[in-house]
Amino acid sequence: MEAASVRPSLKAQGRARRRLLTNRGTELGATLAAFGAVAVLAIVVVNVVQRAIPALNVDLLTQVQATFGESGGGISNAIVGSAIIVGLATAIAVPIGVLIAIYVSEFAHEQVRRYVRLALDVLNGVPSIVIGIFVYGLLVTGSGQAAWKASFALGVIMLPIVSRTTIEILGLVPSEVREASLALGVARWRTVLFVVLPTVRGGVLTGSTLAVARAAGETAPLLFTTSIFLNAVVSDPRQAMDTLPFTIFLYSESADPNLQRQAWAAAFVLMAFVLVTGLSARFLLARSERKLRGG
Amino acid sequence: MEAISVPASDHGLDTRRRRDRYGDVALKWTTALAAAGSVALIGLIVYKVVDGAQPAFSQFGISFIWHRTWDAVTNHFGALDFIFGTLYTTAWAVLIGGPIAIAIGLYLSELAPRGVRGVIGSLVEMLAAIPSVVLGLWGILVLGPVVHDQLGPWLNTAFGWTPFFSSRPDSGSSLFTAVLVLTIMLVPITASISRDLFAQVPADVKEAAYGLGLTRWEMVRGVLLPYARGGLISAVLLGGGRAVGEAIAVTQVIGATTHGIDWNLFDTGDTLASRIASQYQGAVSNLQVGSLFYLGVILLVMSLVVNFVAQTIVRRYAIERAH
Repeated sequence: MEAASVRPSLKAQGRARRRLLTNRGTELGATLAAFGAVAVLAIVVVNVVQRAIPALNVDLLTQVQATFGESGGGISNAIVGSAIIVGLATAIAVPIGVLIAIYVSEFAHEQVRRYVRLALDVLNGVPSIVIGIFVYGLLVTGSGQAAWKASFALGVIMLPIVSRTTIEILGLVPSEVREASLALGVARWRTVLFVVLPTVRGGVLTGSTLAVARAAGETAPLLFTTSIFLNAVVSDPRQAMDTLPFTIFLYSESADPNLQRQAWAAAFVLMAFVLVTGLSARFLLARSERKLRGG
Repeated sequence: MEAISVPASDHGLDTRRRRDRYGDVALKWTTALAAAGSVALIGLIVYKVVDGAQPAFSQFGISFIWHRTWDAVTNHFGALDFIFGTLYTTAWAVLIGGPIAIAIGLYLSELAPRGVRGVIGSLVEMLAAIPSVVLGLWGILVLGPVVHDQLGPWLNTAFGWTPFFSSRPDSGSSLFTAVLVLTIMLVPITASISRDLFAQVPADVKEAAYGLGLTRWEMVRGVLLPYARGGLISAVLLGGGRAVGEAIAVTQVIGATTHGIDWNLFDTGDTLASRIASQYQGAVSNLQVGSLFYLGVILLVMSLVVNFVAQTIVRRYAIERAH
């Protein structure tokens, strides 16, 4: 111990010590922030699962809403409605979104390309409630609500997501692929449709899946397009339908514990769907990027 | 495939050539039409929303923006309370969520061990995937009671001297609950953009800083943050844009009653988006519907401006970097 006191201490002191401590403090802060965000996710998911479990049963998935004041009942019509509306929206948004992406990455000049991408970004930034009143003004005023109008609104929300992902992935296709095809005398349109496009199937699928996950949880556009409906399973898109997000929205403001339980159950079904589709989109994206980057 | 088959005669070759020329033109113009459609769609949205607001425009003119009554009985409508509510909740959400999100971005790009990085990054992004209506349900039934019973009284005791926490919350629905929910929505968006920005900073610049003997924090403050400043501003703006436009979750937790320009976070409030959403089936007169559309116009302008500024900064930033 005697000897040690003679040697200069290796512990940081004074200014150096302060710098080290500041560094530790900020590192700790950043780590806490990241784990805090994960903790919030865990808390929300656990809360939803916990509260949904008592309400999860066969009736929930097979029955329509119980008449006022009665217990029991289910959300089958909301599940069917959501599936049909989101399905139709996908059928609208995916083909158009892919066409836009093809134009941007295969045909457009640099200047035009920038404008279209800007337009897609702007469209992506329009609040969904504004899309809701837009479709209300465009299609609902005068003729009433219908499921296909909700699909149109959701399609508008999905369009920029599909397009942007497809543009990104088309940009990864090596130009040699196009050149090889053109050099063989294959026409441009055949090259695009039968050579380039098949290589990005995975990317298109990813973009669509991401868009579906986003659209399935959207509520605001549904308020104005499909919020007055029969209490039955409806399959005709010309009529309004119940949907999962709307059910959650409506029941969350209710004081009836039975309805609140069903809101949690509906939230569970919706969240499970959205998170599973989101995760598979991420998986698909990783796979198709790996393939294109020369895996 | 036809493409490979040898044409039997010159005549066949001609038809194929012609077909291919038509095919090229057709595909080019079909896709161009779709692209033009997306641009036109924005125009149509603006036109339809402005058109719907016509009754309120002609009745109130521009003064709608600074009037603060919303009375369906006397047919007087004004937007000031909702504009304030939108800006006030968004400002708080950005103030709380911005630094947290940037810190998460730093953790993910600089601190996280390689194996953990991807997992935590994905989990943070999953937070953004939770539907807003589910977050709203959680906000009203789980977070609300916590705000009312614990957070509220505590903040009031500690910071009651500021105008922001000057009373205890009467219920779980309050501006404060809305701010918390908006913060949860904003953080993952800003965090994942920040992470990508920090990842783009060239390694040699960072290594030069370390070579000078800087600590990690000093490197972040001296190199990363200045380097990514423009991008970080737009990352925060994009998160703020999400908060400005969020309707459903806010409607569920904010209480839907305004007290004018009210700084107390434990009072109830209302925003542009949440007012439109909460009146989806309650609008009776043409004028009231028009006024809701007018709120939509204001909201659209606000979010377009925010997004446009953010995109411009990103673009300019990207161009500067390229040189």
